[in-house]
Amino acid sequence: MSRSSLETLTPQPVGRLRRLLRRGIDPWLTALLLAVAAIGLATLYSATGGSSVMVISQAERLALGLVVMLVLAQVPPEFFRLAAPWLYGVSLLLLVFVLALGQHAKGAQRWLDLGIVRFQPAELMKIGMPLAVAAFLHQRTLPPRPLATLTALALIAAPTALIAVQPDLGTALLVLVAGAMALFFGGLRLRWIVGALLAVAAAAPLLWYKFHDYQRERLLTFLNPQRDPLGAGYHITQSKIAIGSGGVFGKGWLMGTQAKLDFLPEAHTDFIFSVYSEEMGLIGALVLMLLYLAILGRALLIATRGQDTFQRLTAASLALTFFFYAFINMGMVIGLLPVVGVPLPLVSYGGTSVVSLLAGFGILMSIQTHRKLLTS
Amino acid sequence: MSSSYDAIKNLHRERLLFTRRVVAALVLILLLVAVLGLRLVELQVLQYGYYETRSNDNRMRVVPVPPVRGLIYDRNGALLAQNLPSFDLVITPDQVAHVNATVAALRQVLPTITDDDVQRFHDRLLKTPRYRQIPLRSNLSPEEVARFELDRYRFPGVDVAAGLVRDYPLGTAASHVIGYVNGITETDLERIDPDLYQGLSQIGRAGVERSHEDQLRGTPGTKIIEANAAGRPLRELNYQPGTPGENLYLTIDARLQAVAERSLGDLDGAVVALDPRNGEVLALVSKPGYDPAMFVQGLTQQQYQQLLSDPHHPLYDRALLGTYAPGSTIKPFMAFAGLQAGTLTADKPVFCPGYLQLPGSSRRYRCWKRSGHGWLTLPDAIAQSCDVYFYNVALNLGIDRIDQILADFGFGRISGIDLPNEKSGLLPSPAWKQRVYHQPWYPGETLNVGIGQGYLTVTPMQLALAVSRIAMHGSGFAPHLVHAYGDPTTGRISAVAPQPLRPIAAHDATIWGTIVGGMEKVTQDPRGTAYRIGHDAPYPIAGKTGSAQVIGVAQNVGYQHAQKNVALQLRDNALFIAFAPAGDPKIAVAVIAEHGAEGALAAAPVAREVMDQYLLGQVLYHDPNAGRSADTPAAPASAEAGAARRRQRSAAAERHP
Repeated sequence: MSRSSLETLTPQPVGRLRRLLRRGIDPWLTALLLAVAAIGLATLYSATGGSSVMVISQAERLALGLVVMLVLAQVPPEFFRLAAPWLYGVSLLLLVFVLALGQHAKGAQRWLDLGIVRFQPAELMKIGMPLAVAAFLHQRTLPPRPLATLTALALIAAPTALIAVQPDLGTALLVLVAGAMALFFGGLRLRWIVGALLAVAAAAPLLWYKFHDYQRERLLTFLNPQRDPLGAGYHITQSKIAIGSGGVFGKGWLMGTQAKLDFLPEAHTDFIFSVYSEEMGLIGALVLMLLYLAILGRALLIATRGQDTFQRLTAASLALTFFFYAFINMGMVIGLLPVVGVPLPLVSYGGTSVVSLLAGFGILMSIQTHRKLLTS
Repeated sequence: MSSSYDAIKNLHRERLLFTRRVVAALVLILLLVAVLGLRLVELQVLQYGYYETRSNDNRMRVVPVPPVRGLIYDRNGALLAQNLPSFDLVITPDQVAHVNATVAALRQVLPTITDDDVQRFHDRLLKTPRYRQIPLRSNLSPEEVARFELDRYRFPGVDVAAGLVRDYPLGTAASHVIGYVNGITETDLERIDPDLYQGLSQIGRAGVERSHEDQLRGTPGTKIIEANAAGRPLRELNYQPGTPGENLYLTIDARLQAVAERSLGDLDGAVVALDPRNGEVLALVSKPGYDPAMFVQGLTQQQYQQLLSDPHHPLYDRALLGTYAPGSTIKPFMAFAGLQAGTLTADKPVFCPGYLQLPGSSRRYRCWKRSGHGWLTLPDAIAQSCDVYFYNVALNLGIDRIDQILADFGFGRISGIDLPNEKSGLLPSPAWKQRVYHQPWYPGETLNVGIGQGYLTVTPMQLALAVSRIAMHGSGFAPHLVHAYGDPTTGRISAVAPQPLRPIAAHDATIWGTIVGGMEKVTQDPRGTAYRIGHDAPYPIAGKTGSAQVIGVAQNVGYQHAQKNVALQLRDNALFIAFAPAGDPKIAVAVIAEHGAEGALAAAPVAREVMDQYLLGQVLYHDPNAGRSADTPAAPASAEAGAARRRQRSAAAERHP
C-alpha cells in the first residue's frame, strides 16, 4: 500500500487517535515512563540470569499499571478531590485491620489476604495520603493557619505510625514524605518546618529504642559497613563492588559478574540498580537519573499549571514522592543511606508498588489533560 | 473552580506561594541529585581501580544452609519420618555450552534418567536463574554416582550434589497421618516467608508434615565459601548453622497402626483408635494409603492422574474426610439421649413385632429381624440392635432433642485434631432441610436418624471420639497426634498437655452404667451381635455393631436377597465402635469397612485385633474368617456364630446390627 493511499484511506481514525492521545494522556510522561520501564525489563533479564518467566511476569504487572494509569487519566480531577477522604479513610481502616489480623510475612504484618487478591494497604495509602492532605488544604486559606497545620499533621501521623509498627520503615517514610510534601507545597511556614526537623532530631534516641533488632542492625551497618562485612554489611559491600567495578562505560549488558556469580543478594529486587550500574557504568547510571529527573520536571510543570489548590498540591506531592522513591533506593545501594527496603520505581522486580506508582501518574495526567483553557 | 469565594483575593498569592515552593523543591532536588552523581563518580571513576580488583578477586560468597528437618517418632520411639542422605545429579546451565546436548549425553551415560526427569528439568530451567544448580535426577544409586564419576571430565557444569531426602519407613501404612513433603510451588512462594525457606526446596504438603510444618522445618543458617574464578566453591570460611527443626513425638503406635491396616484385609475403610483418658490418637488408618515416597520424588502427570482416577481413592483420608451413615452404631448415643431427656426408661420393656407403623401411614418401618425381637429392655435392645426399639426412642425424643444431645458428643462438627483437613459430617435438622431442600421435616426421617440412617453422616474420627466419651462417662479430651516436641540441639522434650473437653453431664450417674452394660452385652451375650469377637476376649469389651445402607431397598424386596446380588461397591458399609476394658477403659476404637456388608463380620474383628495388640501386646484373636475379603463369603466359625449368621441371613431387613 502506498503512502498516499494510506493517508486517504485513514484520515478519520488517525485524527481521532491523535486527538485522544492529546486529550486523554500526557505523551511526555508516557514516553519517559515507558523508557524507564524498558530499562527495567532489560536489567531484570540480566539480573535474573536470563529468566524470561520473571521478565514476562514483570511486564504483565507493568501492563496492568499502565492500564490503571490510562483509566485514571480519563477521570476528572474533581472526582479525586471528592473521593480523597474516602480513599484515605478506607486505607486507614485497612491498615488497622492488617495490624489486627495481618499475615506474617518476613516477620512483619503487611499483607491483607482477600482470598483471591493479596495486597498491602500501605500501597493504597501512598495515593490516599497526598490526595487527602491536598483535599484538606484545598478548603483552607494558605498558608495554613496553626489549627489547619495541626490537623494536617495528624492526618499524616496516623497512617505513618500504623505502617511503621508493621514494621515497614521504608513505606512509612514514603507515606510520610507524600503527606509532608503536600503540606510543604501548601506553604507550611518556615518555623513549622524548622520545628519539625528539631523534633525529629530530639526523637531520634527514642526511635532507636523503639526499633526492631534488624532495623538497628541496618542503621549501625550503614554507619560502618566494615562492622560486619560478611553479615549485615555484606549486601552493601557487594553492591559497592558491583557499581564501582562498572567504571565509566560498564561491563556491558549481561556481562556483569556480581549478580551472575550470586555474590549480590536481591539482585533483581532492591539492588537492581547495582546490576544496572555494573553493566552500564557511570554513563548508564546518569542516563537513568536524568530520566527520573525529566519525569519529575514534567510532573512539576503539570503541577504549576494546576487549576486549583488541590490539583497543584496533589501533582507536586506525587511528583516529589516518586523522586524520593528513586533517590532513597539509589542512595541505599551506593551506600549513602541505610538499607530500608525501598524498590527502584518501575525497575525493581515485583511489588504492588508498580501499580500504585502508575496510578499516581494517572492522576497527574488527569490534572494535565482536564485543564479548562481559562488562563494563559 | 475554587471552593470558597472569600479565598478569591488570596488566589494569586497562593499561586505565587506555590511557585516559590516548587522552585525551592527543585533546588533541593538538584542538590540531592548532585550528591548522588558525585557519589557515583567517586565509586565508578575515582575508586574504579580498587573496586575492579575487588570484583575480580571476589571469591567470598554467602550461601544459605538449609536446616535439617525434624524427625517424626511414634509413641514408642519408632521412626516414622527420617532424612536419608541422597545424591542428586545437578546442572548449572550457565556453565554448560549446550544444555540439550548435555542432557542427551548424560542419558547415554545414565540410562535411568527418564523422560519425566527431563521434563521436570526443563520446567525448572525456565524459572531459575541460570547460575543456580538445577537437579536433573534425584536420588542416584551408588552405582549411578560411580558411573557418572567415570565420565565426569566430559561434563563441565554437571555435578553430583549431596543432600538429604525425606523417607517414610512405614510407607503406605501411615501415609494419611504423616503425609509427605514435596517441592515448593509458585503458589507456596506467595504464602511463605522466603527467608525461612532459604536453601530449602521442599515443604510439608499433607498430614502432620503439613500441620506441623513450622516446628519441623527449623531456620536456615548461612555459610561463607570461597569460590574460584568460575564460581566453583573451594572451601568454607565461616559457618553459622541454623536451627534444626524440632522432632515430633506422635501419639501413634506404629505397631497398632500396622495391625489395623493389615486387619482390614482387602477392604477399603478406616480405623481410629484413641486413648479415652487423654485424647491421644493411637492409630489413624485410612485404607488404601499411598506411597509418600512418590510425592517426595515428585509425581509425573501420569502418576498423579493414576492416583486420582484410582476407584479406591488412595489420596482420600477416610478417617477424617469420609462421611458415612453411622448405622446402628448411633444407638448407644440415642439411648443416652432418651435416658437423659427422660423419654426412655431403661428397664421398661418394649415390644418389637418386626416393624413399626406411624399412625396414619401405611409405610412399615422394618426391623432388621423381620420376625421381631418380642419384648426387650434397653440393654437387650442395644445388644441385639433392635430397630423398632430405637424407632420408638427417636420418636419420643423428637429431632430437636436428638440433635442437641448428638451435638454434645461431637457429631456435626470437626474434632479439631491437628491435621490439615477434616469434615464435620451432617447432623440434619428441620431448619437444615428447609434451607437445603426447601422441604419440611417428616416424622419418618426422625425414625431413620434413630437408627443412624437417612441424612445423618459422621466421620470415623467423630465415632471414635464419641464412643470414648461413653467410656469416660461423659468427660473427654480433644483428639491430638503430637504428645511432645523434642529440641534436637539440647535434647529437651516438652510435652503437650491434653485439652479437656466440656463434659457431658448426665442428670443421673447410673445412665452411663446402663449404656455401658448394654454395650458389654453386645459382646458377652450369646444373642449379642458381636458375641463372636467378644466372648473369648481376656478383657471385657463394650461395643456396638452397625451396618449402613449404601443403596435404598424397595419395600417388598428381601434385603438379604438384595445384598447377595448387588455389586461390591453397593454393599452395606460395616461399622463397629468399642472400648476396652469396659470397666477401666484404655482404648476406644471406631472401625468402618466400606462395603463389608456386616459390622459383626467385617468391622468388629478389626477392632478386636487392634485392642488385643494394644492391651495384650499381641493379637490373640483368630478370625475364623481370616483374610477377610469382600469377595469370599465368610464361613461361620462356630455353631453359635453360624446360628447368629443364619439368623441374620434369614432376616430380611432394611439394615441390621
